[in-house]
Amino acid sequence: MISISAKNITKYFHEPTTFKVLKDLYFEVNKGEFVSLVGKSGCGKSTLLYILSTMDTDYEGSLILNGENVTGKGQDELSRFRNNHLGFVFQFHFLLPEFSVLENVMLPALKLSKFNKDEIEHRAIEKLKLVGMDEYALKSAGKLSGGQQQRVAIARALINDPAVIMGDEPTGNLDKQNSMIVLDILKKLAVENHQTIITVTHDHDFAKQTDRTIEMEDGKIIN
Amino acid sequence: MKAFSLSLRIAWVHLMAKKRQTLVAMLGVTFGISMFIVMISFMSGVNDYLMDLALDGSPHVHIYNPVKIERPALASTVYDTSKTWIKVHHQRPKLEQTKIRNGQKIVGEIKLMPEVSQVSPSLSSQVFFNNGPLQFSGTMLGIDIETENEMYKLYDKMETGSIEKMLTNREGILLGENLAKKLNVNVGDRVNLSAPSGGSFMLKVVGTFSFGMTLIDETRCYVSIQTAQKILGKPANYFTDINIKLKDYNKSQQLTKQFETMFGYKAEDWQEANASILAGEVIRNTLTYVVAITMLVVAGFGIYNIMNMTVVNKMRDIAILKATGFESKDIVSIFLFQSVIIGISGAMIGVILGAGISYGIDQIPFPARELIKLETFPVTYNIKHYGMAIFFGFLTTLFAGYFPSKKASKIDPVAIIRG
Repeated sequence: MISISAKNITKYFHEPTTFKVLKDLYFEVNKGEFVSLVGKSGCGKSTLLYILSTMDTDYEGSLILNGENVTGKGQDELSRFRNNHLGFVFQFHFLLPEFSVLENVMLPALKLSKFNKDEIEHRAIEKLKLVGMDEYALKSAGKLSGGQQQRVAIARALINDPAVIMGDEPTGNLDKQNSMIVLDILKKLAVENHQTIITVTHDHDFAKQTDRTIEMEDGKIIN
Repeated sequence: MKAFSLSLRIAWVHLMAKKRQTLVAMLGVTFGISMFIVMISFMSGVNDYLMDLALDGSPHVHIYNPVKIERPALASTVYDTSKTWIKVHHQRPKLEQTKIRNGQKIVGEIKLMPEVSQVSPSLSSQVFFNNGPLQFSGTMLGIDIETENEMYKLYDKMETGSIEKMLTNREGILLGENLAKKLNVNVGDRVNLSAPSGGSFMLKVVGTFSFGMTLIDETRCYVSIQTAQKILGKPANYFTDINIKLKDYNKSQQLTKQFETMFGYKAEDWQEANASILAGEVIRNTLTYVVAITMLVVAGFGIYNIMNMTVVNKMRDIAILKATGFESKDIVSIFLFQSVIIGISGAMIGVILGAGISYGIDQIPFPARELIKLETFPVTYNIKHYGMAIFFGFLTTLFAGYFPSKKASKIDPVAIIRG
């Protein structure tokens, strides 16, 4: 089953001058596949990821995520789609510092409100156990180390059991040991839960461990 | 509903994370609201006081027979004025009595009207008070003591003596407080007064009163209507004014017109008689509301600034919330809740503070005792004013919070997350 299907994705940057960053990209990712996007800085891989994330809607071509055509949908509809089907892990952890670890994980689920609050809390603890952060549940998110924050961010990305998890250099700011922990968690998700994972990375060791590596150069997929 | 409680929770955490900033924004609203309440309570206190003064001092409708200075020249009734020019220089008025003809009948008719609560015929005239070699002019009102007492709450205005004595003493007179001082008389003393038509009478002072208005207290005196008729040498059916108190004083204008057409005499309502006081009220009200609302607007700008700052500080949080599935309306409600919480809590404290300050002002003695009768600064406590303050306070914070919230909801998460 195909999880991500991108057809003829083309994108321009208009500042400072009009420049074609993505040139007619075409690719598909299967469900449960762990894919890494690699390439030099400025090749457009992050730009592509943010188009796949549905947050960037300024592109040409068509994008089908989890069997649903997301091209041309309104912002609020896309927000709901992300809430339901996508999970994100960013380079700079991006937790809400005033909230506890548990609350950070719970927020997207509370927004979705598929379950009641007790259920959500229970699930959040489960996800934190998965990333080995359950004992920090009641700590303030702002007080954790970088590696810990990244693991919490993964737990948050998982809370609504998304079909696709996207990472923008999720290990970019972590040391070797923490990178390995994060990588192992992501691999486990792909194998055990059949969740599709697509991450942008600079780290070749990381990329080697994934099922497939898509290499980009000058806005094109070369490998 | 669930989505809102989540937004509320996030808003609350944001506010609590910056307690000092929240407090400052709240105090802005508190100050604005409390001053709004203080100003309006005080101003309406002044207005109510002056209104009471006006309503106490004058009847709701006053019917009298004005002296007609201008009358058509006699020649104009003889010649056709479209063909002939008639010019009479310095024409003198006719000798005309200011008496209201058929007075008793008119009084009887007015008494039967459903809108009227009290009717009192009276007789007014200029008189002179003789104090040794000096003479002071004054206004003598011949009244029916009992009705007039009820109409103007004269018992309330009494400074010395008692009004009941007027009923038993035909020669009794009530003097304005300042007039009594000028004549150097006290209760029990006698005063000598003379009518414009000549003749002087000795009357016994049975009391002094004060309306709190110098103009009245310095010139007015009350005698019974029979005594007044005697002093002026008029028969028992002679009176010059009919004073009417209505059940609802707001109907005075309409009834005034009705009386004029019914009886053919000049009728004046209390608004006309107190035009200067009422004109002042409009000006005072306008000024008060302008200043009070300006204060709220200033408080609103304070909230606007703080909310703008908060939105800038929370860009990362907004981006992450949007990335994880929060819609624009959720973001708007998060920040709107913050400003509304600031607004409501600020308004609540402001209402309490405003009531406190108003009460404080209410206790301050009013200095000008001689001029008007007022013990402390006048303040009214009207629930409507408090409601209005909360409403306007809420409205300003809503406005002030809306624009930063809208801005927050428009933030592009990609731009923030990619850096």
